[in-house]
Amino acid sequence: MRYTKLLALPCCAALALGAAACGGEDASDTGSSSGGNAGSGDQKLSGTIKIDGSSTVFPLAQAAAETFQQQNPGVKITVGESGTGGGFEKFCNGETDISDASRPIEDDEKGACSEKQVTFDEIQVANDGIAVVSNPNLNIDCLTTDQLKQLWATNEAKTYNQVDPKLPNAKVSLFGPGTDSGTFDFFTGEINGEEGKTRKDYQPSEDDNVLVQGVAGDKNGLGYFGFSYYEQNQDKLNLIAVNNGSGCVKPSSADIQSGKYKPLSRPLFMYPSSAALKRPEVKAFMDYIVANYKEISEAAQIVPMTDAQAAKSKAAVAKLAGT
Amino acid sequence: MAAGSTTVTRAPGASALGASRRRVGEDVIKGLLFLAALISILTTLGIVLSLLRETLSFFGDVPVGDFLFGTEWSPLFADPSFGVLPLISGTLLATGIAMVVAVPLGLGAAVYLAEYATPRVRKTLKPILELLAGIPTIVFGYFALTFFTPTVLRDLLGLEVQIFNALSAGVIMGFMIVPTIASLSEDAMSAVPSALREGAYGMGATKLQVATRIVFPAALSGIVAAIVLGISRAIGETMIVLVAAGQVPNLTADPRQSVETMTTFIAASAKGDLSTGSIGYQTIFAVGMALFLMTLVMNAISIRFVRRYRQVYE
Amino acid sequence: MSAQAPVIPSASRGDRVRGTAFRWALLSTLVLSCLMLGVLVWDVARDGVPKLSADFLTSPPSALPRLAGIEPALMGTIWLMALCALFIIPVGVATAIYLEEYADNTRWWNRLIEVNIQNLAAVPSIVYGILGLAFIVRPPLQLGRVVLAGALTLGLLVLPVVIIAAREAIRAVPPSIREGSLALGATQWQTIRRQVLPAAVPGIATGVILALSRAIGETAPLIVVGAATFVAFNPSGVTSPFTALPIQIFNWISQPQTEFKLKAAAAILVLLAILLAMNSAAIYLRNRFEKKW
Repeated sequence: MRYTKLLALPCCAALALGAAACGGEDASDTGSSSGGNAGSGDQKLSGTIKIDGSSTVFPLAQAAAETFQQQNPGVKITVGESGTGGGFEKFCNGETDISDASRPIEDDEKGACSEKQVTFDEIQVANDGIAVVSNPNLNIDCLTTDQLKQLWATNEAKTYNQVDPKLPNAKVSLFGPGTDSGTFDFFTGEINGEEGKTRKDYQPSEDDNVLVQGVAGDKNGLGYFGFSYYEQNQDKLNLIAVNNGSGCVKPSSADIQSGKYKPLSRPLFMYPSSAALKRPEVKAFMDYIVANYKEISEAAQIVPMTDAQAAKSKAAVAKLAGT
Repeated sequence: MAAGSTTVTRAPGASALGASRRRVGEDVIKGLLFLAALISILTTLGIVLSLLRETLSFFGDVPVGDFLFGTEWSPLFADPSFGVLPLISGTLLATGIAMVVAVPLGLGAAVYLAEYATPRVRKTLKPILELLAGIPTIVFGYFALTFFTPTVLRDLLGLEVQIFNALSAGVIMGFMIVPTIASLSEDAMSAVPSALREGAYGMGATKLQVATRIVFPAALSGIVAAIVLGISRAIGETMIVLVAAGQVPNLTADPRQSVETMTTFIAASAKGDLSTGSIGYQTIFAVGMALFLMTLVMNAISIRFVRRYRQVYE
Repeated sequence: MSAQAPVIPSASRGDRVRGTAFRWALLSTLVLSCLMLGVLVWDVARDGVPKLSADFLTSPPSALPRLAGIEPALMGTIWLMALCALFIIPVGVATAIYLEEYADNTRWWNRLIEVNIQNLAAVPSIVYGILGLAFIVRPPLQLGRVVLAGALTLGLLVLPVVIIAAREAIRAVPPSIREGSLALGATQWQTIRRQVLPAAVPGIATGVILALSRAIGETAPLIVVGAATFVAFNPSGVTSPFTALPIQIFNWISQPQTEFKLKAAAAILVLLAILLAMNSAAIYLRNRFEKKW
């Protein structure tokens, strides 16, 4: 019959799919590995690891996942960026194995986790500073924490010169993280005095890339997000120094690690659940991160931990896995 | 037909040559096919139920008046506001700009194709319009953000627009809708019987007069249906506005600013995946319900007009 | 030469000028649309062609734009299409057969099904995403954010397209074919299976391909149903997390680095190439197998 020829088309498609599916298992080798050894050369690791949470930690999780998967093609890692709060909700619901966080877990989140019998530990994986940036057209050099509070805590300031008469008389165009973000919680807590207190007429996004694009694209743009996103886009943004009372300090890797960049320096965490850590691939992944923290942080352009902090994290992972 | 023979009528399924009995298999097959057809009903039920359930619990916490008439939309902040007007105004602004572009271009193309184009020209131009219709909307969004806003709006036209703005998204959305309006209007115009045209030519009318005074009014129902369908598509469009129009709820009529549409809000919030049961989760459904109702009404109006124009000639 | 004015006066100068101007105005609208299409393709090609390479097609996405590729997204899209086709072909064709061959139009429930399908065709795609999130990802189906959930959601979205196309194809088969078959003693189902369907297959295939090419480009429902942000592996089964070409394009557009935007353009070219291939296949099918009754 004539139409058997037509059946050939979907059959070929199905065959191609089958072949591709079989071929696709042996992953995808991008040909460059950033140093470090996953320590699993003898045994083939496999499984799925689900990570979600902070968009600030995302570049680190992504860089680690990328290189770890190259060395362990049997392990499939997905990384989401729902924000620190959103990540914890899923984590305490048992939907993810590791939660990325740019602030420590809060009491009500701890309660939700214990309700669902999810036990975990807090592992520091990097450091971060919140960078306050503006469009290069808006040549702001330094802002005090009071000025930042004036700008961000309420809707009152409509133009920049209301905050500082030396600044131009331009309408504010602000960009910042949304309410699910740990960066948001941290910034509002430190600068505005109360976590969650903020003006509402700014452009929010959990995706820091959207914020970068916004500030870079608007000649009166000003915003705040994780320092690593500034580092990746230095050519498009103007970094503003923050004066906490002891002089204007611009965030830099050294000043963030030492804590000199106040008050916007903070540690970044990953929270693996103890149930997940019992699986060999998850344990190998966490070991990989704490062992190769320098290279991973460099690849992600994130401020690394100090050696002391790294040793502490390594011990914490061992302890959690042991229990 | 054979002369002189009596016509024998039998029920379908009955053999004219042998004993007739109803095969059970036939009924089973009919039943299975009916079940398949029910899936479409289940889909609609699913849509209505999923929207209704969460919307009702949303209105358990938020008064309907606040939602419909409030002018501030900040549902996820510490002390939230749930006025949906900024989202609706964003949707209408983008849709309005889109229709300003799509209606003249679409109708112009339709009139040309229906009345002026030679069959050879039609054969080349119609596929190009169909090509435009087949382009995924994310591609249009990319074009709006990376080319239209910086190169056309800022450099070429010198407008002071924010990087995310309603004008760029609206214009590109308009181009996306042109094929919808053009092909439906062209169908309507082609369906006008040639007798009407020939009569007019016979009385000395010019082509311009025939096109504008005879064909266009005769096809008006179909054209209105096409435009209403275009509006419905613009209201429901997500990717172009998500990429190019911004995410700031903004009650404004200034197309150079960022706005947030209903669809942008749904997509952006669902991406962050709020937990089931939270008020944030419910807002997705409440806004989705508003969107669904708007497009349903538009669609009903459009079908009304289509039915009317079909009846005229049958 | 008669002294009186001709019965049908030839067009005055004003008329002719207006007519020509009108004609040019109309043509310019068409030209403007084509121009926009051309500029769009040129812009995407200019940015994307330099980034196309075998590596691009076989690498996973990466934090480093230089290394980023679309293999997981491409495989995800292929998986979605295959699963979607497996769903819409039986359901769509069965519904069309029911409506054309069996349904009695005087019954209210049959008319309801017809109106319902027309309405579904006009629902925004993001609402289908909400539907998928509410019932397929979460209970009752509770598949989670996996490729099967994405495929089912897309399938529901394009099902009306398949049904409408299949109905047209079945309707195009002349009644004489059916009557001849029945007259020879075949049952209704036998008639459909052996006479009507084979004749309608080209039209149905065209409809399925068009539906799938619509589904391929859809981003919004997949965002809501949840293709994860960073997926560096190909789907390993129907319950595997996934990403898809439109999602990958969207992710890359959202990144501020220019290099990623160029990669997005290259991915768009791949997507457009797939669409072109599918639409050409549909047109070929339609021309080659179209039966003239």
